[in-house]
Amino acid sequence: MNNNKNWIDQRFPLTKVWNEHLAEYYAPRNFNFWYFFGSLAILVLVLQLITGIFLTMHYKPDTVNAFASVEYIMRDVNWGWLIRYMHSTGASAFFIVIYMHMYRGLLYGSYKAPRELLWVLGMVLYIALMAEAFMGYVLPWGQMSYWGAQVIISLFGSVPFIGPDLLVWILGDYSVGDPALNRFFSLHVIALPLILVVLVFLHLVALHYVGSNNPDGVEIKETKNDKGIPKDGIPFHPYYTVKDIVAVVVFLMLFSAILFYAPALNGYFLEAANFVEANPLKTPEHIAPLWYLTPFYTILRAIPPILGSQFPGVLAMFAALLILVALPWLDRSKVKSVRYRSWPFKVALGIFVVSFVSLGWLGMQPVISPEWYLSLASAIGIETETALYLLLARLFTVCYFGFFVLMPFYTSIGKTKQVPQRVTE
Amino acid sequence: MKKTINITALLIAVFISSTGFASSNVHLDAADTDISNKQSLQNGAKLFMNYCSGCHSLGLMRYNRFVEDLGIPEKAVANNLMFSGEKTGELIKSPISEKESANWFGATPPDLSLVSRYKGTDWIYTFLRSFYDDESKPYGVNNHIFESVAMPDILWKLREDSSEQEFNNEVRDIVNFLDYVGEPAKLIRGSIGTKVIGFLFILLILAYLLKREYWKDVKYGKWRVKN
Amino acid sequence: MSEQEIDLKKRRLLTNATSVVGAVGVGFVAWPFLSTWSPSARAKAAGAPIDVDISKLENGQLVRILWRKKPVWIFKRDEKTLANLNSLDVELDDPNGSGNSKSQQPAYIGSSHRSIRPEIAVIVGVCTHLGCSPTYRPEVGAADLGGDRWKGGFYCPCHGSKFDLAGRVYEGAPAPTNLVIPPYHFVSDTLIRVGVSPDNKA
Repeated sequence: MNNNKNWIDQRFPLTKVWNEHLAEYYAPRNFNFWYFFGSLAILVLVLQLITGIFLTMHYKPDTVNAFASVEYIMRDVNWGWLIRYMHSTGASAFFIVIYMHMYRGLLYGSYKAPRELLWVLGMVLYIALMAEAFMGYVLPWGQMSYWGAQVIISLFGSVPFIGPDLLVWILGDYSVGDPALNRFFSLHVIALPLILVVLVFLHLVALHYVGSNNPDGVEIKETKNDKGIPKDGIPFHPYYTVKDIVAVVVFLMLFSAILFYAPALNGYFLEAANFVEANPLKTPEHIAPLWYLTPFYTILRAIPPILGSQFPGVLAMFAALLILVALPWLDRSKVKSVRYRSWPFKVALGIFVVSFVSLGWLGMQPVISPEWYLSLASAIGIETETALYLLLARLFTVCYFGFFVLMPFYTSIGKTKQVPQRVTE
Repeated sequence: MKKTINITALLIAVFISSTGFASSNVHLDAADTDISNKQSLQNGAKLFMNYCSGCHSLGLMRYNRFVEDLGIPEKAVANNLMFSGEKTGELIKSPISEKESANWFGATPPDLSLVSRYKGTDWIYTFLRSFYDDESKPYGVNNHIFESVAMPDILWKLREDSSEQEFNNEVRDIVNFLDYVGEPAKLIRGSIGTKVIGFLFILLILAYLLKREYWKDVKYGKWRVKN
Repeated sequence: MSEQEIDLKKRRLLTNATSVVGAVGVGFVAWPFLSTWSPSARAKAAGAPIDVDISKLENGQLVRILWRKKPVWIFKRDEKTLANLNSLDVELDDPNGSGNSKSQQPAYIGSSHRSIRPEIAVIVGVCTHLGCSPTYRPEVGAADLGGDRWKGGFYCPCHGSKFDLAGRVYEGAPAPTNLVIPPYHFVSDTLIRVGVSPDNKA
């Protein structure tokens, strides 16, 4: 075995890479629950790639056969139903993992110097992932696939001046149809997966170059022993490989519970309306994207048309995404981890979480006022034209943007706690 | 930890409250179907083929699935459930013509392969039992939960010849059958899942013991905290 | 605090145990993925047996059906043709199916006429050379196929292979073996089911 290893090492930096990035990559000893989600994200990516490859062997990407081909997989292909459910559960699991992963960044200031580029790469990954998921959802060609695509892509038509031409160019036709389905298939199956894999690689390179952050926000490289090893560091392999395996098994248990007992999860992971084949002549009662895209959908719907154009809503939606990218530069605090932050920051973060979750929930509701709201309003004697939905959507949109826009201010005030020199266990 | 608890509580609250915004729903009776009840499924298959398949196809389903899934021998399937001389491996098509039925009824009777997945068993159960006399309609009937439905009250004789409970049970069997047709894998995925999670639990114990053993180094061994 | 002794044996045991169980798990997961490649219910349905009514089949008449996307010939042979079959041994590569062509017919079919009933031939019409479908040339004495020596058979236009009216390949042809006899049986005197052998195997 050693001879083989030497033969390879003389021609390829195998042992060198193994040491630099695993056996001698020193990660902080105090990683907690929030630090599982990076490797879990890689797991889910691999899962989606493999199940996706096998689905593509049976799926037909044209409007006549797409819907039936998915049911063919569910019924006629041996074990096809399992592969399909793995892929659909995996898509939602991916976003759960990624939101937890991003939240960790907010908690511990993982986006702060020198990790700004790491954060930016992560944000590009997030946007690519949303595009990938959106296009993937169109492929089954159900009612929600078609109408969701119709609604979101027509937003591009609202861009001033070039909108209508841009829309036709994207669709390759005058509305969502076969050309759109086919090109989304190509983008979803090969283009975006390649981009995602490359971005993940770059993301890991950026991480390993500066080293991982930790729940105390202490830079472990600042305190090294006489061998040059960070005193608070431990080799990633075997300690974090073995710890991550436990996390993987727990994740797989939860994943399996959903997959085998409730794969549609009451419409949250597989929408009921999507079990009806796409019908351009019949709009479903209620069009909503899947849960992971809903926060931004709410922001889009919260902004009313201005001067007859939907474009401001579109701008707001993209702004909500892009402002996340600016985070490293908006945060003026010297302190990284929430454990030592001032109370204004903690309050702001709490409001942000509530806003984001609420925006997400609102995105799944129809734009109406429930009975109790209307009767309450009339009981008080208020004439209200604005649906409760819109009121709440606008409130939380303001809170969402406020978290970022006011950040330079509230991260410069308030008393922070003393950050320790060494990590706490 | 506190933060994690807060987030979890919030998410649970959101899920529970998600009914608050639901659009006004018609009250639906609970179908209470049990997909593991093979007898019910077999009866449902028989009732469906006799009363419904004249107009409604199950174009995503093959006859020969009834053999392995429902335990009906192939000869019985061919003799009792197939009426047009097809092979058992074929898809279940209705003999009715799409164009003509659209003319006769005003709408083509939809394929029912997936109806249980987009309408739900409660809806179908309630629908089949909600027909009432209405002179103003072409077929003399209307439906409480589907205004001006183009479908005639096909089960009227069955309802007349049975007690209310018997009729409900027959309808329940049809609904149960349609639930199975909507997702045949439903019959087996639960038990497979239990085995998978059981296996993973064993793996979890081993993985955890392995982790704990190695982390002794970090707690007391060569990687313990040194100042 | 002094360093704890590392129990290497325990570590090795746990690592191996976890790896083995993990590998078993990977095997369990791989199996469904590999199964997705075996014929789906749709493929099996499309490859289902075909019933052919031969009540109206005349002597020399050839009926062509499609079974599992391959052409299968069913044709009637008269007494003279059957007698001719026995006289061709010298021209054929493997006249009694015991040599190269052993695998080209099911075990229950022997003899020179290579069929369950001598007068009804059921043969897969795909040349065993490179897959073209040979042409039916029943005319005895056809000039372009060897004149008097030609007792009727099949000629493959792609590379010139010749087969007799029992699908046996001629010596010297590019095709290496006799034509395949598919599994089939007689449901009744006038109904042949192609795709299922008499002992009910597909």
